[in-house]
Amino acid sequence: MHFAVLQFPGSNCDQDCVHVLRGVLGQQAEYLWHKEESIGAADAVVVPGGFSYGDYLRTGSIAQFSPVMNAVKAFADDGGLVIGICNGFQILCESGLLPGALVRNRSLQFRCEHVNLKVTTADSPFTREVPEEKVLRVPIAHGEGCYFADEETLARLRANDQILFQYATEAGELTDEANPNGSLLNIAGICNDGRNICGMMPHPERASEKILGGDDGRLVFEGMLRHLEAEAGLGQAAVAEA
Amino acid sequence: MKAKIVITPKKAVLDPQGKTVQAALEQMGHDGVKAVHVGKYLEIELEGDAEAWRPKIDEACHKLLSNPVIEDYHFTIE
Repeated sequence: MHFAVLQFPGSNCDQDCVHVLRGVLGQQAEYLWHKEESIGAADAVVVPGGFSYGDYLRTGSIAQFSPVMNAVKAFADDGGLVIGICNGFQILCESGLLPGALVRNRSLQFRCEHVNLKVTTADSPFTREVPEEKVLRVPIAHGEGCYFADEETLARLRANDQILFQYATEAGELTDEANPNGSLLNIAGICNDGRNICGMMPHPERASEKILGGDDGRLVFEGMLRHLEAEAGLGQAAVAEA
Repeated sequence: MKAKIVITPKKAVLDPQGKTVQAALEQMGHDGVKAVHVGKYLEIELEGDAEAWRPKIDEACHKLLSNPVIEDYHFTIE
C-alpha cells in the first residue's frame, strides 16, 4: 500500500512515520510537501506531528490553508483513510475534518511521557487490529492536547461510537489521574462519523518497535493496512465477478 | 484605519492560563478578583472602506483568527 505523509513547515514527526511505514511495515511511503495540490496515487494520508507554522495563532490553524489540505479534504470526503497524529490531530480539527478542538493542557505544562490508552471501540480501521481488552502503551508529547467539544458534540461522539482512544490506567480504567491534559471524557483520539478519519494526540509511530520500548502503536498502522487490503481485495473480487 | 480584534476563550472552556494569572493576582494581595480570562488581541491595518471591510473581517475571525469551538471574538474598525 502507498501512504502519503504530509510535510508542513515545522512538521517534525514525518520521518518517524515514513520510517515505520517503510522500515517496519514494508509499505511504500512518500513525503508530500504542503504546496502540492494532489495526493497522487496514495491509498492513505498521514498528517504527522510537529509544530506546523510554528504553532502561530493556534496550533494547527494555519495549515488548513495549505494547498495540500484541499486535496486531503476531497480524498477524505471520498472515504479515503486519513490519520492525524498530535499536531496532525490539531490540524484535522482546525480544518473541520474532525469535530472539537485541542486546547492548552490543564497543567499548562508540555507533557512528554508514556500513557495508557483504553481502546473504546474496535469498529474502525485504526483500532480493528487491537486485541479485545488490550490497553495500549504509547507516548504523548504535547502542550495543547486537551480535547474540548460542546456537550452536543460529545453526546454525538458517544452515540456514534466515535471515541477511539481514552487516557486510562494500566487496567483500562478511566480516571482523572490517568488524564494527562484535562481532555473531556479522557479523549485521546476520535474518528469522524464516516470512520475513515482518525485524530489522536498520542504518537503510535514512536511505539512501533520493541527496541523503542514497545510496539503497541504498530497496531494502529496495521489496522489501516488490513482495512486497505480488505478494500482492495473486495475491489478485485468485484472485477473478477464482472 | 485599523481592525482591532479581541479573542477570548469561551466560558465553558478550561482556561488554565486565566486561573494561574488569577492566583498570581491574589498572591499580589488583590482581593475580589472574580475571574481572569486570557485571550488575544490583533490589529490589522487596512485601507479602503470600513463598512466594506466589516463582513470580510468577520469572516476572517470566524474561519482563521478565532476558533468558534473554543473562542469568542469581537472587533471594531476605526
